[in-house]
This record gives sequence, C-alpha cells and structure tokens, in this order.
Amino acid sequence: MRPLTFTLRGAPGQRLDLSPLTPQNLAGKTTAKIAEIELGTTRVRVTTGEVFRIREGDPNAVLFEGGSSRFDRVGMGLSAGMIRVEGEVGVQAGRLMSGGRLRIHGAAGPFAASGMSGGTLEIEGDAGERLGGPLSGETVGMSGGVVHVHSDAGQRAGDRLRRGVILIEGRAGAYAGSRMIAGTLAIGGEAGDLPGYLMGRGTILLGRGATLLSPTFGDCGEHALVAAQLLADYVAPFSAKAARLFRRPLRRLAGDLAALGKGEILLARL
Amino acid sequence: MRALTANGVAIDDTFAEAFEMRATAIVITAPTARWAEQAAVTMTGFATSVIGCGCEAGIESVRSSRETPDGRPGVRVLLFAVSTQELQRQLQSRVGQCVLTSPGSACYAGLEAGEDRLKLGAAIRYFGDGWQIAKRLGARRYWRVPVMDGEFVCESTIHLTKSAVGGGNLIVMGESAAKTLAATEAAVKAMRGVADVIMPFPGGIARSGSKVGSKYKGAGASTNDAYCPTLKGAVESALGPEIASVLEIVIDGLTSDAVAKAMRAGLAAIVDLGPDRGALRVGAGNYGGRLGRHHYHLRDLLP
Repeated sequence: MRPLTFTLRGAPGQRLDLSPLTPQNLAGKTTAKIAEIELGTTRVRVTTGEVFRIREGDPNAVLFEGGSSRFDRVGMGLSAGMIRVEGEVGVQAGRLMSGGRLRIHGAAGPFAASGMSGGTLEIEGDAGERLGGPLSGETVGMSGGVVHVHSDAGQRAGDRLRRGVILIEGRAGAYAGSRMIAGTLAIGGEAGDLPGYLMGRGTILLGRGATLLSPTFGDCGEHALVAAQLLADYVAPFSAKAARLFRRPLRRLAGDLAALGKGEILLARL
Repeated sequence: MRALTANGVAIDDTFAEAFEMRATAIVITAPTARWAEQAAVTMTGFATSVIGCGCEAGIESVRSSRETPDGRPGVRVLLFAVSTQELQRQLQSRVGQCVLTSPGSACYAGLEAGEDRLKLGAAIRYFGDGWQIAKRLGARRYWRVPVMDGEFVCESTIHLTKSAVGGGNLIVMGESAAKTLAATEAAVKAMRGVADVIMPFPGGIARSGSKVGSKYKGAGASTNDAYCPTLKGAVESALGPEIASVLEIVIDGLTSDAVAKAMRAGLAAIVDLGPDRGALRVGAGNYGGRLGRHHYHLRDLLP
C-alpha cells in the first residue's frame, strides 16, 4: 500500500509543529479531517491542508515530500509505523519517540531524538546540537532506541544519554557525550573538545580521536574487548561503518574521573 | 513381558518413565574451541544426577563462531533441576566457579524464550567489586566484569523452561561387557545429534542403574539388583542367562519431543549394530507409570 503523503506546497510562513502528524494520530482519520489539523506556532492559524497537499495512503507509513528547517517536532511521540521526510527538518525531530522508525533525508535541527526511549531515527544529513539531549528542566536525555546520523553532529551530542545507541558517522562538536549516565555513543570522525565531559557511565567510541581529550580520563591500554564485538554486531544492521570501528583494536580510557568515573572512551586504532 | 525383535535385537515391550523438570541453557564462548569446551566440561562436572549433585548438566552441542553472540567458538550447555530455586543456585555457583574462572570465557543465554527468568550476570556481577559495567543492547543486557585477563562478559538474565523432561532412558543388555558398551556408545553417539538433549552420566552412560529405596536407613536409592548380572542366581532377576552386562543411558531434554527423538535415535543405532556386534536386548526403566507423567514406550520408538 502506498504511504499517506504530505507534499509541501511552498516554504512555510512560520515555524510548524508537525507532532500531530504521526501514524498513531492519523489512523482512522479522513483526508478532510487531517487537513483541518492545526500546525501553527504563532497567532496566525495554519492547518495541514494549507501547508501540504495530502494524498491518501497507509497512515502507518507517512511520507513528507519536501522538507524545511521550520518543520519542528517531526515524529514527536512516534510509537509505531514509519515517517519519512524527503528534506531537512527543524528542532526536536523524533523527540519522545518510543517506537517505529523516523527517517530524514536531510539535516535535522537541535534536540533531535530528545527524550527518545525506543525506535530508530535516521538522519542522512547533519544533526544539530544536543542530539538526544534533554530539554531545560529534564534530568535525562535519550533512554532507548537507536539514532543513526550519516553526517556530522553539533555540540553536546548524547548529552545526559541514559540508554540506547547513537551512531554518528561524521564528526561531532565539543562535549560529545557530556554528562552521560549510560548508553553508547559512537563517532566515526573526529570529535570536538572534551568528549565524555563529566560522564558517569556509558561508552563513547571515537573513530578518529578528538581535538582535545580531557586529562580526567585514565588510559587503561589497548584491548580486544568481547563487549565491543557484541556492540559491533548490534550496530551492524544500522551502520556498517560504526560496526567496523567497534571491531578495531580499542584503547580504553576510563572516566570521567572528575565524576563517577565508570564510563569509558574507546579510541579505535587508526 | 512380551519382547519384540528388530534386526535380531530383543526389545522389551515396556516404557521409560520420565519426570517434569526445570531447565535452562547457556552458551559459553572463549577465544578457542578448546577453552570453550574446557569451561563447559568443568561446569558440568559432578552433575550426573539431581539426587546427589543438585542438578543434571551436560554439553548439548558445539557452536561455531558464526552461531554465537560474540563471534567466537562456543558450547551450549543444558542444566536441569527439580526446582527453580535449585536451578538458580546451581547455575550461579557453577558459572561463578567454573566459567568465570576459565580464561577468555563469556556466557550467554541459550534459550530464546521460557516461562521465567534466572539471574546469571545479575548475580555474578558482584565479583566486579563495583567495577562491573552493564551494557544494554536492545532487549539484551550484559554485564562486563573486569578480570585479570580482560573482561568476563555475561548476559544478565536467562530464560528457564518448566516443560523440561528428565529421566528418559534406555537399558542396554548384552552377552559381554565389550559388546554392551559398543552398542551403548553407538546409541549415545546417535543421540548427540539430537538437539535440546543431554545424557548427563559419564560419556552419556551409567553402569550403576538404581532402584528406589534401600535396606539401609537414609539411602534413597540403591543398586538395581534385578539388572545386576552377578546376582542373576541370587535375586528375582530381570536378566536371562544370556545377559552378562547391562548399561543405561539417561536422557534429559528441554521438551518431551526432544527426549523421544533422542530415544528413537539411540534405539535405531543399537538395532542397526545388531546382536553380533552389540546388544542382545534393550529395555527401559519405569516405576509402573505411577510417578512420572511422561511415558516413552519402546514399541512406539522402534525404527
């Protein structure tokens, strides 16, 4: 069955909250009802029908033809089914996702995968800052699922990561994995300054090191870790590149010893 | 008891009586097949009978590096006990003393589903003295315990099944010890090709089959005098004058079907060997059908 398709009519006049357009919210609704759903974030009322041409289809497979940096909260709260965006998206894509699959064929803004607890988020372009991180006032970031970024990520990727796996094939900004509680963050390219800043537990894999490593991580030497093989097999279906990194000889840095110190940075041998 | 005959081997028209048990399975891996097997052999030592060992355990199969969670050679081990509590106790102590200690070892769940769960890494992790690390990948959670050769990786919890069966058996009788042993070895070899079963006695074979009770206080079981060839003339013997040696194979399986399949394979191997090179007669042990829920009639298992 063909997907339920939203084709962008033109550049949005304001930032849009696309969180209502998830499979679970759209199931059982007619095209006319869907067209009435409000997406605006200002005093000017904007409905789905004004922004998109809607083509009937399976609500379990939602397709956005065309993207915009003003598409905020795409796939927010997604629990099952699939959403695909052919273009870029704004802030908080996949926030609070608990299942299903969100695929973005473009860049994503800040706080993608924020508070995510399950499912898969794939970003083919760059991801903005605080990928998987908590919003102000929240104590934990992402707590499950898998995030796969094909390109680069901004600062503080994996901030307060609690559980789950974040795979960044490109570079990452400063403070990647800052304040990590647990979980796994893999960065294929070079990381910015001070990855794992104040992390308590969890694993950060660096494929090409970092511009500056914190002195509060203790060098435990190079090892062939069985756990790394398990990680490699787990991430292989999502990212062959990340899987290859986990299979390399890995130097283990324990830290952050300025915090709990039970986390680790794994440096892949170049 | 009317005997059937297959390829010249007499088959008693009787049945094996088996019991419900709790069971679990683990996969032990190591850098080499030799060390995976070593850990498994050590762990399953002194695990022939629940009566004296607390559990019955054995190596079910050898796994190639393509068939294990961490891509290293492995061995699948099955453990059987009479209660969940005892199974937990045996699992924890045997993995803790025999697998954790074995060079390069790791330990994973060997059952994909079950009625309940047992603690594995969740219990052994305390050996890490606070340095242990948990890693959750999807639905699975592993513990990484630092040890002197690296890390012991161990799955946190594993499934158990309450549908397991213990006590399937074949009693193999022959005109000499050598021929009886040859037939029994052939049967065990065939049974080892069946999935989800173990034969927990030494090499899969027991020579000291037992009966319930004893003339001595405190002994719950004693020698099965009716099947002892040296007592043929002194007791109410189950053996004819032609029988000089008797061996038993005990089979534990994760399912009743697996036990039946193993018994069928073993019986076929004995029949195939024939009486000239192997056994003259095959029987099975039971308690009149009053104690065990599972009955395996030899006539139904004949090839």
